[in-house]
Amino acid sequence: MTKLIQSLMYGLNLGSIYALTALGYTMVYGIIRMINFAHGDFIMVGGFTLFYTIPVMKNLGMPLWLAVIAAIIVCVGVGVLTEQIAYKPVRGQGSTTALITALGMSLVLENGALVIFGSAPRNVSPMFSLPTIEIMGASIPGQTLLTLVIGFIVMAILSLFIKYTKLGKAMRAVPEDKVASTLVGINVNKIITITFAIGSGLAAVASMMYTTSYVSIKNELGITLGLKAFVAAVLGGIGSIPGAMIGGLLLGIVEILVKVYMLPGTYEAVTYLILIVVLLVRPTGLLGKAVSEKV
Amino acid sequence: MAEEKIPVLETKSLGIQFGGLKAVNDVNIEIYKGELIGLIGPNGAGKTTIFNLITGIYTPTTGSYILCGKRMNGLKTHQVVEAGIARTFQNIRLFKKMTVLENVKVAFNKNMKANLMQSIFRTPYFWKEEEETTEKAMELLKLFKLDGFADQFAENLPYGKQRLLEIARALATDMKLLLLDEPAAGMNPVETAELKESIKMLREKFGIPILLIEHDMSLVMSICERIYVLNFGEILASGTPDEIAGNKEVIEAYLGKEDEDEGGDV
Amino acid sequence: MPKIIRKKLLINIIAVVMMFLLLCILFDTELLGRKAAYFNGLVTIGMFYTIIVCSLNLLTGYMGEFSLGHAGFMSIGAYASAIGTTLISNRTELPDIVLYIIAIIIGGMAAAIVGVLVGIPALRLSGDYLCIVTVAVAEIVRVILSNVGIEEITGNATFGKSFAGIARVSDYHYVFITMIICIAVMYSYIRSRYGRALISIREDRIAAAASGINVTKTKVLTFTISAAFAGVAGAIYAHYITTLVPTYFNFSKSSEFLAIVILGGSGSMTGSIIAAPILSALPQLISYVFPDFASYRMLIYAVVLVVVMIFKPTGLFGGKEFSLSDLILKPKSKKTQVLSQKVNQE
Repeated sequence: MTKLIQSLMYGLNLGSIYALTALGYTMVYGIIRMINFAHGDFIMVGGFTLFYTIPVMKNLGMPLWLAVIAAIIVCVGVGVLTEQIAYKPVRGQGSTTALITALGMSLVLENGALVIFGSAPRNVSPMFSLPTIEIMGASIPGQTLLTLVIGFIVMAILSLFIKYTKLGKAMRAVPEDKVASTLVGINVNKIITITFAIGSGLAAVASMMYTTSYVSIKNELGITLGLKAFVAAVLGGIGSIPGAMIGGLLLGIVEILVKVYMLPGTYEAVTYLILIVVLLVRPTGLLGKAVSEKV
Repeated sequence: MAEEKIPVLETKSLGIQFGGLKAVNDVNIEIYKGELIGLIGPNGAGKTTIFNLITGIYTPTTGSYILCGKRMNGLKTHQVVEAGIARTFQNIRLFKKMTVLENVKVAFNKNMKANLMQSIFRTPYFWKEEEETTEKAMELLKLFKLDGFADQFAENLPYGKQRLLEIARALATDMKLLLLDEPAAGMNPVETAELKESIKMLREKFGIPILLIEHDMSLVMSICERIYVLNFGEILASGTPDEIAGNKEVIEAYLGKEDEDEGGDV
Repeated sequence: MPKIIRKKLLINIIAVVMMFLLLCILFDTELLGRKAAYFNGLVTIGMFYTIIVCSLNLLTGYMGEFSLGHAGFMSIGAYASAIGTTLISNRTELPDIVLYIIAIIIGGMAAAIVGVLVGIPALRLSGDYLCIVTVAVAEIVRVILSNVGIEEITGNATFGKSFAGIARVSDYHYVFITMIICIAVMYSYIRSRYGRALISIREDRIAAAASGINVTKTKVLTFTISAAFAGVAGAIYAHYITTLVPTYFNFSKSSEFLAIVILGGSGSMTGSIIAAPILSALPQLISYVFPDFASYRMLIYAVVLVVVMIFKPTGLFGGKEFSLSDLILKPKSKKTQVLSQKVNQE
């Protein structure tokens, strides 16, 4: 029982990292039908920002959470730059070109980080020092719980933002019909940029959660994390914002449970198997909508 | 007409529903050997949907369709073609980055027999079959005066020629029934006249029955033997061009609104 | 066989034989001295890259679908063939060439079998979804290979997760001949009714079906062939490098293959044949002189890839083929060819 509760908490924690990342994939895919392969690497960028800014904050005697703000700023900057420099010029040139460009940008960030930071893993110093908390006999690190709460708050804010603000409504309108959105006065290009900014910001929050729990980062961090978050987005139904959250949490819990109880070595294979099964049985995911081709 | 024989194509209360919408409902069409049948109706009446049903792109929710006595429901598109129904598309679908000759040769594929090993090891049989196919394809192209363009990419053809190439490609499948989806759409009068000649030539030379969707009324009225009028997914009327032209319901539903239809389906 | 094609074939055969002789002169004589072994290795790497890049181009360029999991198929070929040859050499002594041929066959077959098993369900999907499924398959393969007990299968000792002690039989003479055969087979496939069907599907899936093409069958067949050649490349790699680690065959490797296909020109076999050896061997050659270069290699490719996508999305060769025989048989310039065509029409 203790083990189960502990696994569930870790699962939720991992799940919210996936969820926050999956949101970035799903929002971008919803608007421009492109798998933004570079999105996973935004987390890596956030991780390295934290790695360098936390000691700085410590030395200056400033609150350490300011490092997260720095990570958000850097990630948003990188995200928007990626969109403006690489993705905007190829928009409308077909899905093939978009896919390759996204892959290219992912490789640029990954290998750029390799050149700048080297290939050795780095340990991000802890941002919070909280005591371990006992829940029904299971001991959970305090910072894991805290980041979990932060992750949930961020998702709640995003949901409210998307649902009630004018900008959020515009963000929901553009994926439905680009032309019609333009007709009602929505600046589609602006919405796309804002989507990238929000997605990258969420990636920065995810990187905060990741480094708090898993500490070690390296230039290839974004690949597997990104792929799994994409699995979560597909599981929830790509393009669907609540879907990404549910898919992320579900995937995190399943992955930890499989790891703890069934296949400690090959649990990752199960994650990808889930993706394949979902795509074959229900390609629209849990909450996605079907799109058919006009003949 | 040849009522005594079994029809080449027969649809029996064919229908399909998308969500709650009955896009096509209870459609009964019969086409006999050598006939040229028109299928007309306002935009969104379900004409192309019927083509998509007959060619296995959509699966009918009700009814069935029968080709020369063989029930065709549930066949995939390529199986439908093998059974003998060929079609063209409303919005031209050519293999743009293939040459005009290759476009036609693709359609001969189903009758070619060189297997994978023969193709890879380039056996004499492979070469013989390739040459024969090229010859047959060139003959078809000649019929439509496209042989001069054989080595050009299909996308570089003028619009009217692209429509003709699509018909030539459909013919290469060696079919029993030809479905033409708005072949005159977007054509100028000269091209339309050329098309009319081509269709006439097809009938004389091949004697195949044709089901034609067309908005160009003068074309339909001048060449079709019988016409079915579709409205809101159902057959509103059928008969000879004269009967249709005099049908009050049709005039109300369709001809009366002709001006609105100029917008063209996308 | 038409006369012109017979002529072209002859020219190509002469060119291939001349290249082979050139390699022999370089590596089998004392010409390069002590460096021969190093350059020899580079050439071998360039050759198995050529095979796998061409096989990926079959999907990307001619079928119009992306695989970001080709490293996975390569790893299946590598591991299957290495296990096979290790088991065989533990029992009997076979000449290198026989062992090599066995490795190639096992590698190709194993990858082809997995290709069919994956292809039949997965090729109902297309575009982004298919691409992501190939990633997932490769990752599954990699995770499984990281956990499979190679030691228990082969009886040979392993170091951690690496599979060492594979017979070194990928001699460049054999590899060169294998590469030529692989390219010839893929080229013949494309220039047959199968290839025509394949390209028509890339151009318009629905129109292809409406022209009687069995879309699923053609796609699965091509996917299988592509996987098989990736497996062959894997077998060559395993028996050249002699030590396998599952992490080599990761997502980055698959992306590298795809990057080379795109840079060479998607849909141009000659593009792949030129790009693959250059982009795989050249950086190693440069890092021989400037040791730091290795870490910049993929960054440069990535930047070039993005720049190419923005300015010339069709890649270096952009679907066009370069033909040596055309150059020899038809020395006229392009312009005069077009002119003569026009004259013929009138």
